[in-house]
Amino acid sequence: MKISTMGYCLRQGFKNIRRNKMFSIASIATMAACIFLFGIFYSLVVNFNYIVEKAEEGVAITVFFEDDITQSKKDSIGKELEKQSGVKEIKYISADEAWENFKEQYFQGNPDLAEGFKQDNPLANSDHYEVYMEDVSQQKAVVDAAEKLDGVRKVNKSDVVAKTLTSVNRLVGYVSIAIIVILLAVSIFLISNTVTMGITVRREEIAIMKYIGAKDGFVRAPFVIEGLLIGFIGAIIPLALLYFAYDRVIQYVMAKFSLLNNIIAFLPVTEVYKTLLPVGLILGVGIGFLGSSFTIRKHLKV
Amino acid sequence: MIELKDVKKEYSKGIAALNGVNLKIEQGEFVFIVGDSGSGKSTLIRLILKELEPTSGTIIVNGQNLSRMKHRKIPMYRRGIGVVFQDFRLLMDRNIYDNIAFAQRVTEKSTRIIKQKVPAALSLVGLAQKYKAFPKELSGGEQQRVAIARAIVNEPAILLADEPTGNLDPTNSWEIMKLLEEANERGTTVLVVTHNQEIVNEMKKRVITMKKGVIVSDEKKGGYKHEN
Repeated sequence: MKISTMGYCLRQGFKNIRRNKMFSIASIATMAACIFLFGIFYSLVVNFNYIVEKAEEGVAITVFFEDDITQSKKDSIGKELEKQSGVKEIKYISADEAWENFKEQYFQGNPDLAEGFKQDNPLANSDHYEVYMEDVSQQKAVVDAAEKLDGVRKVNKSDVVAKTLTSVNRLVGYVSIAIIVILLAVSIFLISNTVTMGITVRREEIAIMKYIGAKDGFVRAPFVIEGLLIGFIGAIIPLALLYFAYDRVIQYVMAKFSLLNNIIAFLPVTEVYKTLLPVGLILGVGIGFLGSSFTIRKHLKV
Repeated sequence: MIELKDVKKEYSKGIAALNGVNLKIEQGEFVFIVGDSGSGKSTLIRLILKELEPTSGTIIVNGQNLSRMKHRKIPMYRRGIGVVFQDFRLLMDRNIYDNIAFAQRVTEKSTRIIKQKVPAALSLVGLAQKYKAFPKELSGGEQQRVAIARAIVNEPAILLADEPTGNLDPTNSWEIMKLLEEANERGTTVLVVTHNQEIVNEMKKRVITMKKGVIVSDEKKGGYKHEN
């Protein structure tokens, strides 16, 4: 296609949108709503993942040893644990450290009570490894493996936390996908309607084009461009809105629930947009392309 | 140039619009196709344009067998044929210049060529001064002249006119026929489907008369008498 012809097709695409103002606006608005919701869900999911990731880092498995095993045996258990997949790091907690932690936790404010055990560490056999996971979903496998190790007496795990985090994460993902799929279907339907209207309005022009000897691509191009433009405009508006709204919403959440500040950390907008911007644009333009292409194939016999 | 061999066209089973038409039109000829409504004239035009496929028989135009022509070749084939309709079929949302430029855009001509060809085509039909006017600001005759300019701007080898004077008064009808004759004099093969007895009889061109889907007469300098 020549450059002047491409320019002509592009102008016709814009013209289609102007001619079909109400339908075009409706399509752009739906597309914008769709991409806006997509953006919100995407931001929620990535931030939730980020929070879960951070929380997961704090979830530990505790591995206790059998009585009277040697330090070298304990070291070899540590090496075995490190080898397990999904393990981020392991930490050896000696009996004294365990007792210090215990005192901090349970005898806070009552140092006298702890004094009674001064010479005799009640947790003398409670030295252990704390195993921190990279991926909580692999926790069960690590626990199973640890229980089978020679010299291991007991393995404690925070099953509930791990399971809840994983399942909530999955649920948010599924719900988002379902809502986004429905919205995308609505967008495709509306773009298809707009393009159908455009074809109906231009039926006479299309017939003349065909008599004169227009190639199929030339007849179709303005409608594809119309779809692409609707998709592009429908994507760029919500992406811009979300970009500016993102920081404000986080500031608001942090101010409103200041208690969460220590637990929750949000991703910066630039980090979210590294993926959201290209995906949002591709989604918008892609839906525009699909919506118009399907319709042209169905209604525009060239 | 145009050759039909035993061409049949049935729209629905048993009802033949064309029933074994044999026809040969040489390059540079001016031919009238006459006949009453339903005689198959318009079907003939639509077959030549490859808008319809014949039920049987062969159509050869410019040496190309239309039955064997691939879909993607149709646009290039149609670029060699100009068409004029009874109802002008101009685009009402754009001016005269753009209506004619449209034919060039569609065939992917460059802007430089368009700027040369469109004014030239408008001059040929005597509307050079009205290039900015919109179709609704023109008379029927002027609109049909624009349609002719659009049909000839791509310099087709064949010009098909389906009832070009059907909506016009006698004066305008004669002007249109004069333009078609001028195009013919420049070497274009012209096929005119018409009901207009007066014009056909006056112009003394080749006349093919059709009735119920068959050619009943084909005269070198013929005439036509409306039966209704």
